[in-house]
Amino acid sequence: MSEAPQTSTAPRAPAPQVAHAPIEGPRDAKMRTRAVNLWYGDKQALFDVDLDVNRHEVTALIGPSGCGKSTYLRCLNRMNDTIDICRTEGEIYLDDRDIYDPDVDVVEIRARVGMVFQQPNPFPKSVYDNVAYGPRIHGLVNTKAELDELVEQSLTRAALWNEVKDRLGDPGNGLSGGQQQRLCIARTIAVGPEVILMDEPASALDPVATAHIEELIDELRRDYTICIVTHSMQQAARVSQRTAFFHLGRLIEVGETNDLFTNPQQQMTQDYITGRFG
Amino acid sequence: MTDATTPEGRRRVSVQGVDLGLARRYAKERRLKWLGIAAIAVALGLLALLIADVVLKGYTAFWTTEVRLTVDLAEAELDPDGTRLRADLEDANFRGLVNDALYAMFPAVEDRLERRRLRGLVSGQAARDVQRMVLNDPSLIGTTRDVWVLADTDIDQLWKGNIDRDLPENRRRVNDQVVGWVDQLAAEDRIRSAFAWNLFTNADSRDPQLAGVWGAIVGSFWIIVVTTALAVPIGVASAVYLEEFAPKTRWTDLIEVNINNLAAVPSIVFGLLGLAVFINTMGLPRSAPIVGGLTITLMTLPTVVVATRAALRAVPPSIRWGALGVGASRVQVVSHHVLPLALPGILTGTIIGLAQALGETAPLLMIGMIAFVVDIPDGPMSASTALPVQVYLWASSPERGFTEKTAAAILILLGFLIVMNALAIYLRRRFERNW
Amino acid sequence: MSTLAGKAQLATSTGAAITVFVLLLALAAMVWAGVPLVLVVLAGLGASGFVVGRARAQALADGRPRVLHSLPHFHGWYLALMVFLPAFFVWVALSIAQDPVTRTLVLNGLEERLHGAGALAPSATFSPQATNFYYDEVQRAAHGESLVVERVERVGVLGDAVDRGPLIRQIREDAGRYERLWFIGDGLRLVLPLALAGFAFSFAARRLATDFRARNRVEQWVVYALIAAATISILTTLGIVFAVLFETLRFFGKVPATEFLFGLQWSPQTALRADQVAASGAFGAVPLFVGTILISLIAMLVAGPIGLFSAIFLSEFASSRFRSWAKPLMEILAGVPTIVYGFFAAFTVAPFIRDLGDLVGLDVAAKSALAAGVVMGTMIIPFVSSLADDAISAVPRSLRNASLGLGATRGETMTQVLLPAALPGVIAGFLLAVSRAIVVMAAGLAANLTVNPLQAVTTVTVQIVTLLTGDQEFDSAKTLSAFALGFVLFVATLLLNVLALYIMQKYREKYD
Repeated sequence: MSEAPQTSTAPRAPAPQVAHAPIEGPRDAKMRTRAVNLWYGDKQALFDVDLDVNRHEVTALIGPSGCGKSTYLRCLNRMNDTIDICRTEGEIYLDDRDIYDPDVDVVEIRARVGMVFQQPNPFPKSVYDNVAYGPRIHGLVNTKAELDELVEQSLTRAALWNEVKDRLGDPGNGLSGGQQQRLCIARTIAVGPEVILMDEPASALDPVATAHIEELIDELRRDYTICIVTHSMQQAARVSQRTAFFHLGRLIEVGETNDLFTNPQQQMTQDYITGRFG
Repeated sequence: MTDATTPEGRRRVSVQGVDLGLARRYAKERRLKWLGIAAIAVALGLLALLIADVVLKGYTAFWTTEVRLTVDLAEAELDPDGTRLRADLEDANFRGLVNDALYAMFPAVEDRLERRRLRGLVSGQAARDVQRMVLNDPSLIGTTRDVWVLADTDIDQLWKGNIDRDLPENRRRVNDQVVGWVDQLAAEDRIRSAFAWNLFTNADSRDPQLAGVWGAIVGSFWIIVVTTALAVPIGVASAVYLEEFAPKTRWTDLIEVNINNLAAVPSIVFGLLGLAVFINTMGLPRSAPIVGGLTITLMTLPTVVVATRAALRAVPPSIRWGALGVGASRVQVVSHHVLPLALPGILTGTIIGLAQALGETAPLLMIGMIAFVVDIPDGPMSASTALPVQVYLWASSPERGFTEKTAAAILILLGFLIVMNALAIYLRRRFERNW
Repeated sequence: MSTLAGKAQLATSTGAAITVFVLLLALAAMVWAGVPLVLVVLAGLGASGFVVGRARAQALADGRPRVLHSLPHFHGWYLALMVFLPAFFVWVALSIAQDPVTRTLVLNGLEERLHGAGALAPSATFSPQATNFYYDEVQRAAHGESLVVERVERVGVLGDAVDRGPLIRQIREDAGRYERLWFIGDGLRLVLPLALAGFAFSFAARRLATDFRARNRVEQWVVYALIAAATISILTTLGIVFAVLFETLRFFGKVPATEFLFGLQWSPQTALRADQVAASGAFGAVPLFVGTILISLIAMLVAGPIGLFSAIFLSEFASSRFRSWAKPLMEILAGVPTIVYGFFAAFTVAPFIRDLGDLVGLDVAAKSALAAGVVMGTMIIPFVSSLADDAISAVPRSLRNASLGLGATRGETMTQVLLPAALPGVIAGFLLAVSRAIVVMAAGLAANLTVNPLQAVTTVTVQIVTLLTGDQEFDSAKTLSAFALGFVLFVATLLLNVLALYIMQKYREKYD
């Protein structure tokens, strides 16, 4: 995939205009969570999770099924709000704002913190309308021409433009699985989020499509902050800079991906990455 | 299966080369299959029988019998002063003209009783038809015209063969003399069958020849209008709230069970509710389509809610997450994605519910829509009947002519229902979506 | 791209023109349809609120779309709703209140004034009926119609203690007050909503700002509207129970519940004994219950096997093509209105069965229970069939495959694996079908207590219809008994449904 064109004519680029931020140098947390506890009814699913998601990095959340990694991810854009019996405590900051503050508009949070799901879930509309949906509801553009441009830009960034540019009017769920997932990523990008959450984005895809997505994630890191849940340790090792290991609702260990996989500090992490349980 | 003993002395089960009784077992299976086919055949046979029965009883009602009279539109009778004023013509004795035409056809009849019977050959409508003809074209006055007028209901039944001529005279509604007259009319080519426009243009009447279903259709139309206007928005909105917005608590579970049960409550109970609430408490007029519509709304509401909830539930949650994930609000998720996707299902369920409502009789009887109404209702507040109630009313009328009218009304009702259900099936097939 | 943009611009301005046109048309249609002028004005104000709100938001954004919290049209909707809704509710409230308030004010201290004017004899009082009549007269006078007291010498409800002359003067005087009050009321109905709309407009318009959460406000209104709709749906449930229960209790006040539930004699028209509790007739409903059960039983005997076997065939042996036309065809049976089955029973099946009985020397009643049962059975075949089909299809495929994999024939798989597993569902389907069958309209009128299917029996539904058609006084035991019967019907179907749901749920748990 060629480099994504950064058109200066766009009235407002969907992504923050930050040039390729290096991983080295001072890192700052884009999202910070402190003492997050979460309950489904009477059952506690997260225990005192403190975790930072750094700017322009990919943070991978790993752990056995039911360890709370997806639940934690869904706290970051308050998707858990849609579950009635779910109750969250603790502080979750996006930049310096507590996103659970009663003053905060949840819709705004979700526009700033986008999400890609495990199963590709394009809307049963055209490819174009899928991508244009977010910009339309948020009023990001003024004219049809701007919208066209934004759609093209988002699809290009999601490495899908060349495959779909001649069939923008076709239904989005007519694409292949991998293309659908990239369409969903394009849909998320189009809103111009600051953070993108991905919940096992490649688990429903074949190896080739998975490789595509992983490449894409690495590309996207330049412009966005990414947090990804994955059940594949290889994937975490390939795409992420930092990895957090969850077990039974607790954050066991977090660190540079390389360090964590080569030199885990906790016995439990060691056991997990060597495949003794999970 | 057959058991065999192995050298080791253990029993070994084998199916090789042994008779598994397959023939017998397949025969059993065939029996089950044939029972199934027979059951379906019986069910469909009953359906065919039902429809054939109604069609055979009812198709004749779409035809009516007319008699050709040669009417002398003498000026001396109609307009002795020659004014040609409408008022004068309206007062003129057309009945007499029609009677004279009949006497002229059968000059031999002089007995008073027989003459009365003779006058009974044509329906009461005949004089009015002649009058309307003259009012439309006053220049006809002074001429002699051949006019086809409606025959009396007994003559109609006789001509259609619904009255058995071979019965002894005293067990027949028409006596031999009248039969003779009809035969003579036939010989002179003065009697014919014509399409019964009356059936579609008139409201109810005591005279089967004049009774029509238009009044009932208009009544049913207003009922369905009121029902659609109330049940569809309220039902869909309730379902959307309960399914998409309401917190899932024990209360909402209870409400769901309640609404499901309500959808199965006999319609007559809704009629009782309508009677108690709308008529006795709120004092709305009896027999008015507005009350009928309100009552049927109560009945249709649960159906719409249940159908809508099912349609909403069929929309996969991943669509909702996708929209939430790009920052759509809950209302936007519902109005942009969930509702449009559920719309075909909602429409299908709603149309089926309305079709059910259209065929409903019992609740309308409760609220007095059973009244005998000869005028076409001119709005939701005027007294009216409804198509199924018309069926009920005619079915309980003893006259021979009403039996075929009943069947004809049923056919018309079934026609509406078939159109509505076909529409629902079409929508379902057209927009069926597999996720 | 630029042509596209141009087209879009053109489309927007054409759209705006069309919107304005449609709006004006709608307002004109409202006026034509007789909608009160105030409401039309309010609707117009609301619409202009929308236009103003949207325009202001656009001005605030000034071409930088992201600075607005909410899209411009939400600002428009917010302003429109704020202008229209409160004013509308006030108008409705005033309209409802106008008559009772005017009435109270007009009739305030009526008796003293009547005494004072010499219209009413000093010690006499005015009955409520007389007061109602008086108020009607006041209204007639105010509307310029002639008064009843002027035309009629003696009005019954007023009694003999009135003096017509002073009374008429008093009526005329109160008519003046009535007119003034009504005029004030009309004025309030006009001024208050409009003032409120204007106030709301200036208040709401001032709140519009880039960070104003117009979308959230508008969506909150939407949710309120949805809640209101859901409340209505739920109230009908309660309404049914309470309305019918209330009348039933009143009935039990006249006739003891035990007599109703266990009495063997049903003849609501005639008194049997003079000393009977309810002198209007006998209200023992047992013959009705027995008749209903008998007919339902016959119906199930018809529909049960036919429905079950067709479900077996359709779910296991039929090709999908056969299924796709046989199922809808069978479902027509359920779509045919009950009244048609009534006709079919009365004019075809019942005479046929009677003739058949004559042939073999049996004495069959003209409207035999058998005929009604057979016809109702026909009606519910599709219920049994599709519910049984659902139950069979709900058995996990793995179970079926396991059986077939062992070398069982499809028939054996059906009878020995699928049917036993689906049995609770099938039974629940039967119960649901029964609850449809008990609404028979095809039965006779005579309340015979018999279980002989060749006799005529009557059913609860038929009796309700008979009791409530024709002239009726609402308080008589005869009318109220219909409600008691309806309540029994309601409870019976409710129990059947709850039982069926319970069985089905129990059985689902087994596989989930």
